[in-house]
Amino acid sequence: MEVTMTVNGAKVSKDVEPRTLLVHFVRDNLGLTGTNVGCDTSSCGACTVHVNGESVKSCTMLAVQADGQEITTIEGMAQANGEMHPMQKAFQENHGLQCGYCTPGMVMAATSLLKENPHPTEQEVRNGLEGNLCRCTGYHNIVKAVLAAADGMAEV
Amino acid sequence: MTVTDSQTSHGILGTRTLRKEDPKLLSGEAKFTDDLVIPGALYMALLRSTVAHAKIVSIDTEAAKEAPGVVAVYTYEDLKDDWAGPMPCAWPVTPDMKNPTHFPLANGKVNYVGDGVAVVLANSKEAAIDALELINVEYDELDPVLEIEDSAKDERVIHEDLGTNASYKWDLIPNKDGVDEAFAKAAYTVSERYIQQRIVPAAMEPRSIVVVPAPFGGDFTIYNTTQIPHILKIMLALTVGISETKLRVIAPSVGGGFGSKLDVYAEDVLTLALARKLRKPIRWTEERTENALATIHGRGQVQYIELAADENGKVTAVRVNILADMGAYLQLITPGIPLLGAFLYHGVYDVPNYSFSCTGYFTNKTPTDAYRGAGRPEATFAIERAMDALAHKMGVSPIELRRRNFIQKEQFPYSSAAGLVFDSGDYETNLDKAVGLFGIEDILAEKQRRIDSGSTKLLGIGISFFVEMCGLAPSRVLASLNYGAGGWEAATVRILPTSKVQVVTGSAPHGQGHETAWAMIVADRLGIDINDIEVLHSDTAIAPHGLDTYGSRSLSVGGSAVHMATEKVLEKARSIAAHQLEVSEADLDYANGMFTVKGSPDKAFPLAGAAFEAFTAHNLPDGMEPNLEASVTWDPPNFTFPYGSHLALVEVDTETGKVDLLRYLAVDDCGNRVNPLIIEGQVHGGLAQGIAQALFEEAAYDDRGNLITSTLADYLVPSAAEFPFFELDHTVTPSPTNPLGVKGIGEAGAIASPPAIINAVVDALNHLGIEDVEMPASPQRVWRAINAAKKG
Repeated sequence: MEVTMTVNGAKVSKDVEPRTLLVHFVRDNLGLTGTNVGCDTSSCGACTVHVNGESVKSCTMLAVQADGQEITTIEGMAQANGEMHPMQKAFQENHGLQCGYCTPGMVMAATSLLKENPHPTEQEVRNGLEGNLCRCTGYHNIVKAVLAAADGMAEV
Repeated sequence: MTVTDSQTSHGILGTRTLRKEDPKLLSGEAKFTDDLVIPGALYMALLRSTVAHAKIVSIDTEAAKEAPGVVAVYTYEDLKDDWAGPMPCAWPVTPDMKNPTHFPLANGKVNYVGDGVAVVLANSKEAAIDALELINVEYDELDPVLEIEDSAKDERVIHEDLGTNASYKWDLIPNKDGVDEAFAKAAYTVSERYIQQRIVPAAMEPRSIVVVPAPFGGDFTIYNTTQIPHILKIMLALTVGISETKLRVIAPSVGGGFGSKLDVYAEDVLTLALARKLRKPIRWTEERTENALATIHGRGQVQYIELAADENGKVTAVRVNILADMGAYLQLITPGIPLLGAFLYHGVYDVPNYSFSCTGYFTNKTPTDAYRGAGRPEATFAIERAMDALAHKMGVSPIELRRRNFIQKEQFPYSSAAGLVFDSGDYETNLDKAVGLFGIEDILAEKQRRIDSGSTKLLGIGISFFVEMCGLAPSRVLASLNYGAGGWEAATVRILPTSKVQVVTGSAPHGQGHETAWAMIVADRLGIDINDIEVLHSDTAIAPHGLDTYGSRSLSVGGSAVHMATEKVLEKARSIAAHQLEVSEADLDYANGMFTVKGSPDKAFPLAGAAFEAFTAHNLPDGMEPNLEASVTWDPPNFTFPYGSHLALVEVDTETGKVDLLRYLAVDDCGNRVNPLIIEGQVHGGLAQGIAQALFEEAAYDDRGNLITSTLADYLVPSAAEFPFFELDHTVTPSPTNPLGVKGIGEAGAIASPPAIINAVVDALNHLGIEDVEMPASPQRVWRAINAAKKG
C-alpha cells in the first residue's frame, strides 16, 4: 500500500506491506534508526515518536494509520544548524542517559510531556514517563533533566 | 627513569565533565547492531522449545522450507558438522565439575522452554518468523525439575549421562575446627534461609548480531552487541573452528549489558557457522520474549547462613551453604558466579572463623550467569539480613551491632579469614556520615508514633553496609579459581603528528562513559583538552588486546593501564624535548602541553613539537624509535574493595501490603573519584536494579516450567514512578592497589540495596512478629505475611 506522510519536515511516499508498523517504517523504509525497538508488548517506549506533535509509541500504530500525518523522530529534534533541542541538552547536562538505547524515546516522551504540562512537579514527571523504561539511570537524572528543561535552565 | 613533575595533575580528575558519548546517542546518530544496513543479509529466526523437558521425537521442516522467502531450515542433525565443539564454559570451578555437552540447537532433547530446536534463514525477518510456525516438532514430554532443592534430591536427573543434577561442590573451609568451636561456644547464634530469586537482566537493547563474510579470503566481521568482543572472538574461533586471524569482532553502540552480554550464546555460534556455510551475511535480533527465555538469568540461589556471636554480639564465625541454580546448561561463567561472592559472606565484619560451601544444581530453566554484582549481591544480602536477625535476637540496634563488628581502619590492609586482603577502608567514618545525613532519631520517633496510633502506614528503616571485591582481577588469583582467562587490561596512548591523541583501550563500554573517563585520565596528565582526545574501543582490529568490561573492572584495571601508558608516552616526549633543548630530562618540568627548563621557563619545547619530531624522525635521540606511542598491559596486584552505607526508609501499607520507598541514602566509597557525574549515574542505576530485585522483579515459572514473566508487560522492570530521588554522598579512601587510587562503582548500588530494602520492610513489621519477607516483597507477599502474623 502507498503511504504518504511528513517526516521531520519532509514529505515521503513509500509502498509498504499493510502490516508494517510505524516503527518499522521509519527504521527500515526511511533509515531513521534513532527510533529503537525494545519490546514487543508496547511496554518500553523506546520507539516513542511524535505524531502531529503528540508522543506515540510507534509500535502501536500501523504505517498506514500515519498516512497524511506529521511525524517527528529523534533525528528531527535538533535545529537545522545541528544545535540540540533544549530537551536533548538537558539530558546531556544532567547525565540523563547512559547506554542511550531508551534515550530517543525518552526525549520524545519528555518533550511531549512538557508540551502538555509546561511546569510539572517531580511526581508528574515520574508519572508522565511511566511508559518509558530505562535500565541504566534509575530515572534520577532523567527526571532531573526534564525538570531542568521545564525550568529552561538545564543545569547540572 | 621516572621524573616527577612539579605538576602531575591538571585538575581534570574529579570534575563533573559532561560525556563525550552523548551527542550521538541523543541525536539518534549512534548505531546499535540492529541499525546497521547490510545488503544481501539473510535473517535468522529460531524455533524454541515450548516445553521445559522433553525428548524430541521428530522435527518436520518440509513446509517451512517451502515458505515464501525462506532460504534454508536446519536442525541439529543438519548442522552437527558445522561447529568444532560444544558451547563453551570457561570456568570449570572444580576438576570434576559436570558440564553437560550442549550445542546451539538441541540434540534429541530439550531442557528448558526457549532451548533452540531449529533455525530458519530467510530474505526478510518477517518471512523467517512466519516460517517458524510451519515447523512441526513432536515432543515426548518428561517431568521437569524446577526447584533447586528438588534438583538436589536427584529423583529425576536432567542430564542422564551425568548421573546426577549436581554440577559441582565447591568449598572454602580454611578452619573447620575453629568454626565448629565458635558455634559450640557462642552466646548467640542465628540460622537463616534466604532465597535469591531469578532475575531477568533486561538490558533495553535486545541481543543482536550481524556476521558479514568477506567476499574472498575467508574473513568474517562480526557485529555483536556484546560486553566482551575480545573474549567472544577467542571463544568463537575455538567453538566454530575458524582461525582467530579470520575473525574481527566489533561491538557497536551497546544498549546496556549488566552481565547478560558477557556470554557466548547459541545465536553467536549459529550466525557465524551459517555465514560460513552459506557465504552470506547473517543477521539476528532477539525479540523481548526471547530475551527473557534465552538470554541468561541472574541470581537463583537458596542460601543458608549461620552466625555465631559472643555475649557482646561480636561475630565469631560465619558458616554458609549455598544451593545455586545453574539452569539447564552451563553458560560461559555460570558455575563461577557463586564463587565471586564466596569470600564475602562475612561482609565488612572482622570474623575470625569462616566456612563456605556451594553446590551448583541443574534445573529445567534458562541458564543463569552474571548479572550486575554477580555473586556479591547474594553474599551481601545474606550477611546483611543475618546481621539484622542477630540484632533482633539480641535486642540491640542493627547499626550498633554493625559498629561492634566492623573491621577497624587500622586493620587495613586486612587479611580475611576467607583469604582475601582488603585494600583500604574506614567503615566507621562512612557509617557516621550516613547516619548523620539520614536523621534516624526523628524517623524512629515518627515510626513509633504510627505504631502507637494504630496507623495502617508503618515506617521501616533498613541498613545495609556492603563491601565488594572488584577490579577483576589479579591473573594468578583467577588461576587459583580455575577461571579460563586472566584479569589484565591493555591500553595504548598515541600522540599523532598533529598532536591530537588517540587512546586505545581493551575495555568495552556499554553505557559507562569510558570515552569521557579515559579522555579525562589522559587530559589530566597531559594538560590538554579532552576534545583533542579520541578513545577507540570495542573493535578487535583496532584494540587487539583486551579483557573487556564486567565486574566493575574497567576503571581500576583498564583506566589504570591508560594512566600508565600516558605516563610512558610523556616520558618519551620528555626525552625528545630534552634532546631538542640540549638539557637533561631531569631538568624539565611539564605542564599544559609544554616542557620547560627548571629555573629558565623561557626555554621551552611543546608536547606538540615532540609529537611532530617523533613523526618525522629527523632529529631523535640516538637509538629512539620513531612515533610517539606507548602501550601498557597491566595486571593488578589485588582486587579493589569499594564499600558503603546504604539506608532505606519504607512505608508499608498494612491493608494492601504495598511497600513505598520514601527515601534512599547511599554513602559510597569507591576510592578516588574520576567523574562524579558518571559515578552518581552508576549508583542510581545500580540502586534501581537492586531495589527492583527487592520489591518487583522475579523470573517466575509455572509448575510445567513455563516462564510466566516473559514480556515486559508481565515482568516488572520498574518505571520512574516507582522511585524517589536518591540521596547520595560519599567518603574517599583511595585504593593502594592501582595508581589512580580508584575502586569501581558499577555494581555497588545493585549489591547494597536489596538487603537495605528488605531490612526496612522487616523493620516496619517486626513488632508484629515478622522476621523475614522473601524477595520480591510484592504487595501480595507482604499482605500474606501480615495476615499470617495476625493469625499468630
